[in-house]
Amino acid sequence: MLRQTSRLLARSIATTQQPIRLMGARPMSTNMPATPVEDSTFAASWKKVAPLIDPPKTPSAFMKPRPSTPSTIPSKITVNFVLPYASQLTSKEVDMVIIPATTGQMGVLPGHVPTIAELKPGVLSVHEGNDVKKYFLSSGFVFVHANSVADIVVVEAVPVDRIDQNLVQKGLADFTQKLSSATTELEKAEAQIGIDVHSALNSALAG
Amino acid sequence: MAMAAALRREGRRFASPLISSQPITHVRSSLIPGEHVPLGARSISTQIVRNRMKSVKNIQKITKAMKMVAASKLRLIQTRAENSRGLWQPFTALLGDTPSVDVKKNVIVTISSDKGLCGGINSTAVKVSRAINRLTSGPDKETKYVILGEKAKVQLIRDSKKSITICMTELQRNPLNYTQVSVLADDILKNVEYDALRIVFNKFQSVVSFIPTMATVLSPEVVERETESEGKLGDLDSYEIEGGETKGEILQNLSEFQFSCVLFNAVMENACSEQGARMSAMDSSSRNAGDMLDRLTLTYNRTRQASITTELTEIISGAAALES
Repeated sequence: MLRQTSRLLARSIATTQQPIRLMGARPMSTNMPATPVEDSTFAASWKKVAPLIDPPKTPSAFMKPRPSTPSTIPSKITVNFVLPYASQLTSKEVDMVIIPATTGQMGVLPGHVPTIAELKPGVLSVHEGNDVKKYFLSSGFVFVHANSVADIVVVEAVPVDRIDQNLVQKGLADFTQKLSSATTELEKAEAQIGIDVHSALNSALAG
Repeated sequence: MAMAAALRREGRRFASPLISSQPITHVRSSLIPGEHVPLGARSISTQIVRNRMKSVKNIQKITKAMKMVAASKLRLIQTRAENSRGLWQPFTALLGDTPSVDVKKNVIVTISSDKGLCGGINSTAVKVSRAINRLTSGPDKETKYVILGEKAKVQLIRDSKKSITICMTELQRNPLNYTQVSVLADDILKNVEYDALRIVFNKFQSVVSFIPTMATVLSPEVVERETESEGKLGDLDSYEIEGGETKGEILQNLSEFQFSCVLFNAVMENACSEQGARMSAMDSSSRNAGDMLDRLTLTYNRTRQASITTELTEIISGAAALES
């Protein structure tokens, strides 16, 4: 009888644990990305040509699923702000972002229309309550999605308070001189880009 | 006649050390007494085992050092790879993931390492690339390879020499940054015509697991076509496009930027996988060397002990024979 108790005990524990484990597993399974429709066709055609190798994963398998578009406009906008060497903001909920698009400064609030915008050198400001964070961006893209998620992909960004005024002035002078002495089209274009960036930096510091 | 027999015996005696130059892996068999020992020798020579032990010990030292180097490189590159993971996600969210898109000109960008001794990551990348090649090939379609890294080049040049357009090697000698990768991406985009770029790399999961991954980047024309045909990119039509003269121009910039970002992440992940694979490969080989060394030491000691015992027995029995 006693010999059986441990087994019985283990079973009773196992049965009580079962629902708990399931509960634990369920949020995990919803965290898994919903497999897109085209993936199955890819897997099927892969099976035909290479039945012995597993089909390679695709990027969507590693991505957190994006929230679906809510029926009401949320009060906050979710911002992903990424650089090649870091993720500055990851799914951070803020009130507003102001973006230096090529067409002009663009304020993005929750419920903004879906937009793809190219960026020019300028200041990105992230408003969170009374707190405003300012970054100077070099260039990149912004995607605003219908579900009030804004993705900001930028090649280089620095907080504005870490820019040195003297170096900016010096760089501006350098590039102005380069533009005047430039002979080829390429040199001219390079100098022009330098001037654009430095004058944007200058106005960022002034503003 | 007797002379000839003596000469023959002498010849065998001289030839026997020469014949004994068997592959050194058969250490145990070469130790069977009487077979390779010159006639008249008393004890068994342990020279071969000693040499073998020395070489195994040296190999173990080398693999241990390589493991250490890989571990320290891995630590550096792992943070960089993890930080670069955010970069491609916005593009996948916007343009979707289209592995099964059907286009005419496919370019497979295979990313591999320059150096070997890193497990199977390069052959996995090559196998996957070959399968994608089969998958995308068909009448009036063409598939080209762009190869990054020496090892995939060596493997792919055998069977698909004609379809390799660009080969780039020695990427990982210095740590790469985004600027270098975007120059690389620019180089690739200038030199190949493509409808879809398939980037094949090993994504770093942990030190012992790497996931072969294929990222797809579509050309602006294909993006536009797919959008118009309400295909996989139907959502893109609902987006307002700011800046640029035309939609095509923006899409061009977008897909080039996407390619450089995806390539940057892929190169980082692959470098990270390489170091991880090398670390685990070197770890297992130094463990194997240790096992082999143990076995050899056992054999060596046993043989030595046997010869000592034989000598002792001879001495004792000789003494006993004298006494009686």
